[in-house]
This record gives sequence, C-alpha cells and structure tokens, in this order.
Amino acid sequence: MDDASAPQTVDLAKEYETSGVAEVLRELDEELIGLAPVKQRIRETAALLLVDKARRDLGLEVETPTLHMSFTGNPGTGKTTVAMKMAGLLHRLGYVRKGHLVNVTRDDLVGQYIGHTAPKTKEVLKKAMGGVLFIDEAYYLYRPDNERDYGQEAIEILLQVMENNRDDLVVIMAGYADRMDKFFSANPGFRSRIAHHIEFPDYTDGELSKIAEAMLEQQHYHFDDAGRQAMADYIHHRRKQPHFANARSIRNALDRARLRAANRVFQTEGALDAIALSTITEADIRISRVFKGGLDVDQRSPS
Amino acid sequence: MRITQGCFSFLPDLDDVQISQQVEYCLENEWAIGIEYTDDPHPRNTYWNMWGNPMFDLRDPKGVMMELDDCRKSHGDSYIRIVAFDDERGVESVKMSFIVNRPAEEPQIHMQRTDFVDRAQKYAWDVRA
Repeated sequence: MDDASAPQTVDLAKEYETSGVAEVLRELDEELIGLAPVKQRIRETAALLLVDKARRDLGLEVETPTLHMSFTGNPGTGKTTVAMKMAGLLHRLGYVRKGHLVNVTRDDLVGQYIGHTAPKTKEVLKKAMGGVLFIDEAYYLYRPDNERDYGQEAIEILLQVMENNRDDLVVIMAGYADRMDKFFSANPGFRSRIAHHIEFPDYTDGELSKIAEAMLEQQHYHFDDAGRQAMADYIHHRRKQPHFANARSIRNALDRARLRAANRVFQTEGALDAIALSTITEADIRISRVFKGGLDVDQRSPS
Repeated sequence: MRITQGCFSFLPDLDDVQISQQVEYCLENEWAIGIEYTDDPHPRNTYWNMWGNPMFDLRDPKGVMMELDDCRKSHGDSYIRIVAFDDERGVESVKMSFIVNRPAEEPQIHMQRTDFVDRAQKYAWDVRA
C-alpha cells in the first residue's frame, strides 16, 4: 500500500462495530453462561487483534501475531463452543480467510502403520487451511510409554505447519489442564508456539441451572417450579458423582428427563395441550438414579 | 512447441496467485480438486498420473497449493495439471482442467501423413523430443 492511499486516522470504536467483532463478542456474552475469565481473555485478545489490524491499515509494520491457542479445562466446560466462536472472531478480524472449524482428535491425525501418519495429518491440515484446526484431547498425540508411537510424527508435522503457515491456519489444542501441562512439558516446541493459554473454569451450580433452562428453552420445553427445584438438587448430587462432565452431564440428564416426560404423558388419558407436552415436572427428574447414589457400576467399583 | 490443452492454455502461464484464484473459484463451486502429472502430453493421453488422492472438502486453496508445491518438487520437469471434478448428479465428471507446470523444454507434437488405399490419407501424431 502506498502512503497516499493509506488512511491517516482510525476510529477503533467504529472499526469494532463494523468488523463484526462486537457482534461476536455480544453473542459470546449472551449465549454462553458463566465462563467470565474466558470471556475476559477473548475480549483482550480481540482488542489486541483489532489494534494490530488498525496499525496495519495505517501502514505501520505489523508482524502476524502467533494465534495458536490452548484451551484447558474439565469436560463439558464449553471448549468446543468457544473454539467455534473464536473461529468466527478471527475470520471477522481477517486473521483466517474462511473461518471454518475443523474438529479432530488423535484418530484423525495418527495412522495405524508406518507411512500412514504423514498423509493423514496432511489431509487434515489441508482441510483446515484458511480456518481453525481444533485438536480435542491433544495430549493423546504424545504417548511417552511407547517410543515407536506414530503420534510423534504427527506432532512434528503439526509443529512445522504451525510455524510456516501462521497466516493460513490457527491451531487450538484442548484438553484437561493437568494432562495438557504434562503434554506441553514433554513437547516444549508446542508451548513456545502457543501464545494464548486459556483456562476454562468449572461451572457453579447456579450456572448449570441456568444452562439447563437455556437448553430446554432451545428445544421448546420448560420446567414447572418443582421441576426446577428438582433439577437444582440433581446438579448438586451429580457433581459429587464420578464422570461429572459439567454442561454435557446436564444435557444428558435433560435428554433422559424428556424421555421420561414423553412416557408420562403417553400414559395419561384424555386430551393434552401444548403446555402438558412441553413441561418437565419434578417426577421426571427425581426418578433419576443420581438421587439413589449414582449408577450401579460406579458403586461396585469406586473410581 | 507449446502444448495447448485445457483451460487458459493460450494465455501466458498462470502464476501462483492466479492459480490460487482459479482454485478458489473451483472450491466455491464445491468441486473436488486433483493434481495430475505426466511426461506424455499427447492429446490422446487422457490418463495422467495422480499426485495423491483428489482433495475433497477443502475450504481454502492453500491446501491445493501446498500439494502443488510438493508435486513440483518431485516432478518439476513434467506437465502438471489441476483438474476440478464436479460430483453433482448427472454431471459426475471433470468440469475444469488447466496446466500449471511445463517442462523447460517442451516436446514437439509431430504429424505423420501416410498414403493409404485409393489415395486416402491417414494422419497420426506423436510426441517427439
């Protein structure tokens, strides 16, 4: 760009609105319950990128920032959802060209036999070009107990592409905090290439209740008052039991509650109105095994 | 002799930016991209060697360009073309194909005319260095 055509000033607030960043952040705020520290980090990142973009528009030298990220947190804390929003955000800011999200795990990257891994990893990378590559449970890529594991090969290709194609794709790695830490310490190359480490906190009981309401609303169901109380109790009990996966556990619980609700209305006789067909009552939730101390399997072999 | 087949072959060679834009057009139409190479550019040679599998589900031309770079590294002195396959029902064939790499010295396509019975003439073409 020659200096004559470059704008002399820049209006950040206007840029913020017109680029669509404001919209994404607003969506993030409205659709995602809780996650305050995550939202804060994303807002900060967005601010940095917006300023960088403004500098570029004014003709100041800007180096493409490293945008690779790691999301750590327990299951069901919204890592994938946030990654999708992130892809949209980066697209609006012009840091990725297409803004799609390619969601992969170890199976999609690592092959079964010699010579199988490189083409597989490359295939995935090609699909992710211009967008965001989301590697779920990234620590599985590295298996220290098996030195012949092909994961190492995938890691090397990934590192190379993360370094050389910084303009073309953004890699987001996700997983449980402690195992990701081990993964990063075993692969220092990753730690230095990932600029943003974002931690996802667990949801509080109140937040989970709100999430439950929101999920039901999306499916055009609702709680009655006793049902709402039962759900709050459910969350309280479920948290203490094994395999608790935050919002995902809630989703599963609601799916089962809907099943029971369907059974219940099926057995009532006479005409039903729309309200009867879309109400989750106390009975639908209280019947859950969670109130009787969890699944039988888990009681037999405490884990 | 300059080989002319496929799209754009009467134009000057496309540079990488232009190739990228053409691929972008193909991807917008949801065509699958394949890269093929050969050292025999005879027009009747329909079956070129495939460089890897055709690429489905790409969103950005960068993936194709990476493969093309690899292919050029291994077969820099061959003809390389990009083919775009349309899987739409009733079409199911290559919709676009263009040459993206040529050898430094292109071979001649030589025509051989032969007399046949009753003063008929037969024509044949072969590729010569």
